[in-house]
Amino acid sequence: MDFSYELFINAIVAGLLLGAFYAAVTSGISLSFGILDIVNIAHPAFIILGSYIAYIVNQNLGLDPIVTCILMLPVFYTLGAAVYQVYYFSFEKRGQEALRGLAFFFGLLFITEVMLILVFGVDYRYVDASYIGPTWNVGFVALPLRMLVPCLVSLLLIALLQLWLTRTFTGRAVMAVAQDQLALQLMGADPVQIKRVAFGISIATAAVAGAFLIVIQPVEPSVGREYIGRVFAICVLGGMGSLPGTVIAAMLLGVVESFTATFYGPSWAPAVAFGFLLLTLAVRPAGLLGR
Amino acid sequence: VRSRTFFLLALLVGAIVFGITVLIDNNYLFFAGYVVLQFIVLATAWNILGGYCGYVNFGSAAFFALGAYTSVAIHKLSPMPIPILIIAGGIISGIVGLGMGYLTLRLRGAFFAIATLAMAVVLQTLIINWDFVGGSRGAYVIRPNVVPVLDAYIQWPYIQYLFFLMLLLAIIAVTTARLIERSRLGFGFASIRDDELAAEASGVPTLRLKLIATTISGGLMGMAGAPFPYYIGYIEPAAAFGLSYAVNSIAMPMIGGTTSWIGPLVGAILLGTLQQVATVTISSAVNLLIVGVLLVAFVIIAPKGIVGLVEDRLRARGKR
Repeated sequence: MDFSYELFINAIVAGLLLGAFYAAVTSGISLSFGILDIVNIAHPAFIILGSYIAYIVNQNLGLDPIVTCILMLPVFYTLGAAVYQVYYFSFEKRGQEALRGLAFFFGLLFITEVMLILVFGVDYRYVDASYIGPTWNVGFVALPLRMLVPCLVSLLLIALLQLWLTRTFTGRAVMAVAQDQLALQLMGADPVQIKRVAFGISIATAAVAGAFLIVIQPVEPSVGREYIGRVFAICVLGGMGSLPGTVIAAMLLGVVESFTATFYGPSWAPAVAFGFLLLTLAVRPAGLLGR
Repeated sequence: VRSRTFFLLALLVGAIVFGITVLIDNNYLFFAGYVVLQFIVLATAWNILGGYCGYVNFGSAAFFALGAYTSVAIHKLSPMPIPILIIAGGIISGIVGLGMGYLTLRLRGAFFAIATLAMAVVLQTLIINWDFVGGSRGAYVIRPNVVPVLDAYIQWPYIQYLFFLMLLLAIIAVTTARLIERSRLGFGFASIRDDELAAEASGVPTLRLKLIATTISGGLMGMAGAPFPYYIGYIEPAAAFGLSYAVNSIAMPMIGGTTSWIGPLVGAILLGTLQQVATVTISSAVNLLIVGVLLVAFVIIAPKGIVGLVEDRLRARGKR
């Protein structure tokens, strides 16, 4: 394929838009894996669950998927808090999170996927919304609204999350719980409760990410698997638990994937994230903005 | 029991199993039995790294598929006897295991687990894009109906031959696992599982031991996958990389019990048989759901698996 300036710029813009979406997908993992050290590999399953809820509500009530997911936030928060409660009593308290905790999340991932297949089948599902069709054109740069809307909402979401983490007592306590539980207890906060709140919020972000996902592309139950490599690659590359790092890493991955898809073909894109992950682990395990 | 005696005993059990299966003379039994045996190899292989060292491998399907696709590639170049393919598949998967381990095992255990999960996706991408082995369309591997033994005096139905090979492989895998468990290597593995920092401080070469475990474990998984194209006749990436291999090779040791060689064996036989029955009577999606639910239930309620439950029961009885 011959190189063209316009294609180049378009690939970068498409990559940045995609990256903002990846950042939303990863923000939950940055909270749970990056800060709390809970290796929640079932996170993509919760995202797909969010997609399917957005799909059901959209098909039956005609409600906008992103509005739906914002209404679903309390439900997902409760779900996350419940999952953490089970995880804490079964694994963390007994000190078995390394082997059995991982197997537990793997089981959750698997059960969710198979249940969705049993209920909905493996057909691709999609939603209707006014911004899915049209594209804005700024000069020769194409800005598809179905990418632009999730991108903007995603950046807003992450900004709010970052404000919460750095400006509120609970948020700071979340940052602290990873560093020194005893010191946190001396400040009068219960580490388990703080972790439960944080894990609940991490799952709540999955509802939003799920809505974005089904806006961007049609969804079937096993799509989530493609995101496992991506989210962890971004989380590690960004520097565990750093939200600004997550955004930068996500944009970087988005652009590289977009280039790969444009110049080599979309079937190679999933391999890019893995290359990123291995490279980061081998060269700089602390990530870009890691401490 | 000494290891050599154990191996001979295992061979004897294998011979009896094979004899009974031949006597019943139902081809379905060979097909179903092959799958159960394959799961014994996978579960035992997974447990060498997962149960003994405490490192979770989510990429069993990838190692399995790597073995299967090594066979396909060799088959396309020039067909070879299956035992050679098994060895080739084992070597390739072992090397990939070693490489993966070298890159990620120096870090925390979670990174290795995540990397194996991602590796499955990438290897699948590679295979889909590699036309020589069929790409995403898949590849046909035509197998002969019979195998001539002793210069074609006795004709051996092919499925019996495959069953026999897999039975042998299962015996080798279980014996290897038992051998490791009772050797210096096994004690080293256990020290890593229980407290890696303390092991390192006491002079246990943890990285080298972990790499050995990953290589053996990956190699055995590749060996289990090598005859697969001949068993199934038509192989495509989605089938070879199926999530069911990954979840089963974790669920079986977890349900059986991870600390000894009996656990994966018991888990694989129970769960493998259950799935064969469930696939025929209910549906294959439901049987995967059963595996997932059992896995979660066991890790929460019975962390030591069936073997642990039985041991506790025996100990309680002994005290009374």
